[in-house]
Amino acid sequence: MTPPRATAGHPGLWAGLRPALLLAALWLAPLAFLALFYFFPLGSLLSLSFSRSAGGPAAPFLSILTSRFMRGVIGFTFGQAALSTALTLLLGLPGAYLLARRIFRGKDVLRALTAVPFVMPTLVVAAAFSALLGPRGWLNVALMDLFNLAAPPLRVLNSLGAVVLAHVFYNTTIVLRTVGDFWSHLDPRLGQAAQTLGAGRAQTFFRITLPLLMPAIAAASLLVFLFDFTSFGVVLVLGGPRLATLEVEIYRQTVSLFNLPVAAALTVIQLAFTLGITALYLRLSARLQRPLHLRGRAQTQRPLRGFRERAVAGALIAMLLVFLLSPLLALAARSVSRLDPEAGEQGTLRPGLTLDYYRELGVNRRLSRFYAPPAAAIGVSLVYATATVALALGLGLPAAWALARHGGSLASRLIDPILMLPLGTSAVSLGLGFILALGRPPLDLRASPILVPLAHTLVAFPFVVRSLVPALRSIRPRLRHAAAALGAPPLQVIRRIDLPLVGRGVLVAATFAFMISLGEFGATALVARPEFPTVPLAIYRFLSAPGSLNYGQGLALSTILMAVCTAGMLGIERLRIAEVGEF
Amino acid sequence: MSRRLLTLIPLFGSVLASCGPRGPRALTVMTHDSFAVSETVAAAFEAENDVTLRFLASGDAGEAVNKAVLAAGNPLADVFYGLDSTFLSRALEAGIFEAYESPLLGQIPDSFELDPGHHALPVDYGDVCLNYDRAYFADRGLEPPGSLEDLLRPEYRSLLVVENPAASSPGLAFLLATVGHFGEDGYLDFWEGLRENDVLVVNDWEAAYRTEFSGSSGGGPRPIVVSYGSSPPFEVMFSPEPLEEAPTAAVVSDGSCFRQIEFVGILRGTENRELAEAWVDFMLSVPFQEDLPLQMYVFPVNSEAGLDEIFARYLAIPEHPAFVSPEAIAANRETWIEAWTETVLR
Repeated sequence: MTPPRATAGHPGLWAGLRPALLLAALWLAPLAFLALFYFFPLGSLLSLSFSRSAGGPAAPFLSILTSRFMRGVIGFTFGQAALSTALTLLLGLPGAYLLARRIFRGKDVLRALTAVPFVMPTLVVAAAFSALLGPRGWLNVALMDLFNLAAPPLRVLNSLGAVVLAHVFYNTTIVLRTVGDFWSHLDPRLGQAAQTLGAGRAQTFFRITLPLLMPAIAAASLLVFLFDFTSFGVVLVLGGPRLATLEVEIYRQTVSLFNLPVAAALTVIQLAFTLGITALYLRLSARLQRPLHLRGRAQTQRPLRGFRERAVAGALIAMLLVFLLSPLLALAARSVSRLDPEAGEQGTLRPGLTLDYYRELGVNRRLSRFYAPPAAAIGVSLVYATATVALALGLGLPAAWALARHGGSLASRLIDPILMLPLGTSAVSLGLGFILALGRPPLDLRASPILVPLAHTLVAFPFVVRSLVPALRSIRPRLRHAAAALGAPPLQVIRRIDLPLVGRGVLVAATFAFMISLGEFGATALVARPEFPTVPLAIYRFLSAPGSLNYGQGLALSTILMAVCTAGMLGIERLRIAEVGEF
Repeated sequence: MSRRLLTLIPLFGSVLASCGPRGPRALTVMTHDSFAVSETVAAAFEAENDVTLRFLASGDAGEAVNKAVLAAGNPLADVFYGLDSTFLSRALEAGIFEAYESPLLGQIPDSFELDPGHHALPVDYGDVCLNYDRAYFADRGLEPPGSLEDLLRPEYRSLLVVENPAASSPGLAFLLATVGHFGEDGYLDFWEGLRENDVLVVNDWEAAYRTEFSGSSGGGPRPIVVSYGSSPPFEVMFSPEPLEEAPTAAVVSDGSCFRQIEFVGILRGTENRELAEAWVDFMLSVPFQEDLPLQMYVFPVNSEAGLDEIFARYLAIPEHPAFVSPEAIAANRETWIEAWTETVLR
């Protein structure tokens, strides 16, 4: 017997090794990034925390599982996330259909506006909901005037209702974008064929369209569910003192009580759920995924026809506006109203418009070293957002590629669910982990502003991957095989086939990364340089300072953030109109 | 698009450049995110000591303390400012500070010095007190509340909004005021009574003061709120229109307020001990102390610092705030909050 020859130059072996090497190369940067800036810091915090547990690492888990209160927190976290996700889909799916399949005037403006809620920091959303639904919000004031009531009739704030409304407000855009984008490229001829063969409209939808849409719907649901599941600010500020999610409890155990072992156990529990939910999604989506004929929009969209279609579309648009825009409009309206109540008059605003709050933004009245004019804060926010987009795409593209092309390999199947973990990790834990892990030269980054885009990228990365993978997977392998058979080397296949097809996915991914960075508050606040506040930080400073002039300025700056965000989204819509990556 | 992106590069560069020291020497001061200082005051210190100040905002007061505790011995900064009396024990037990007996402590009344070892030096204070909407009570010919006990009276039913002590710093301070005033045996009975009198609990100061309280910009339905003793003068100062009278007033009777004191300390392991001492002295000196009220809405502990005329007119300072020692707070914080939650919320 002759031993097999294993020379490196052997062509057969090289051909066998090449895919594995390519896969390793694709994973290298994303995994190195996650290892250094996610697993290492979090692991350091967890090991320190458990080492402080008097009864060993199992003790805090036991105390959590035997506590009725903690079990209630876990149950509530699940329940509110499921309810919020269901309602988000209920509003988002019809909206996605409208935006994907129909052409009407003002559509790009509507699309851009629906993204604005996603960017708003929680404190702004709380102020917006209070301006609309609070005891002296526009709605209550109107109802009190109309029916001559002495007390505000609506008590929405500090309840599960407010939490769910805010989640729908925040996350509907995820459904609109993830599902809508996929839908707008779905070949309509399949449905048409079914109808030619005698299927009714409902039957066509449930038997043909819905199954084809399922990968996108599942991806959107996963992201929405995880966002709701790990909700912190919304629950704290709008849910009132009786409601707590796991994330709220982690914060309370860490910051207020400094009970690190219990906080660590809660963190592990939340991560386990995140992992479990993601694994479930991946099993589902593997079954749902099928290669498709994707079509350019010109073939899938048509104008509204007939009275009924127009009426339904009108109703859908009205619903989107009510749920997603009315709080923002209420806030914008309040930012130009006088805010100080007239002496002795309960429940009324002194009538009158004012631009005082906007003017005041340009004045460094307190001569503070940390005064930042709005333009400067917007500049800082844009710098961080741009860096986040670059970093998240640079890391997300190869990862998504590996998952889409080599999704069946063991490595990919193991790594895939792990990529979602940062979404299930609280900013507080990560911030403390950074302190523990990144404090030794040559890598003392603890005080560096670089941590801000790094932290934003951790949140944006799962979004980028999840938006890209369905787009990459839906490319039919035959196209690539054909190109390869015609003699195109792998890189050329990537450049000529995959890249153009994936352009639209990249655009959606970049949009999410941009929006996440623009609105992020928690991680930013942990490593802020007060001389260079982002817009959310500057807003927070105003809203937490006494006096109505400060409050008004907070509202004014929030309105400016909305305007910047709308303008940014419209800019991206313009890019879409140029049909980047269309085919 | 690409040209617009290009214009951002210098901006990014400037953010990056600011990581490194700008002057010949740098002093890093770690704070909570409410920290602020006048440009002239900070610049005076920099010129005098030939140093560049670098400030590091590290989240809210609790988050900042935790970060300092976890970095004990290998500090992120030279000085930490913003430790308050409710977190004092956590920081001292972790040994994050080097002791420093500043000569300026002589100008500060003993009542502010909660750390006899001089690791944490008092800088400023603020009183958490009941505030009420003056117009509401004047219009109805109703006497405003004068003490904590008054809140239990039937005519004040459904008038009070407070913050959740588990989530809010003024909320915790007010709970401590009731512990200090009624004692460990009596505070829960008081809260039981408040619950029967329909107290409203919200999670944070913004929701209580801006949304539910009737006397400020929120204009909500409740005319009594837990806020700061300094809120009335700031309502006057930060009103879009000049006001003759403050729209609100604070209740400062004996035992009804809780005094939050904020401390500064030199972080153990600093390589700039000498400069750090200079900065601590500077924070306790008159120019910085007089800058405090308008920058951070808190008040000087240095008895030689003067206050703006507006404060003399509108600020009420409690002579005998309720007191609970930092050690007792550290030992019982969780128990008190849990018992409170059980009594008021469940």
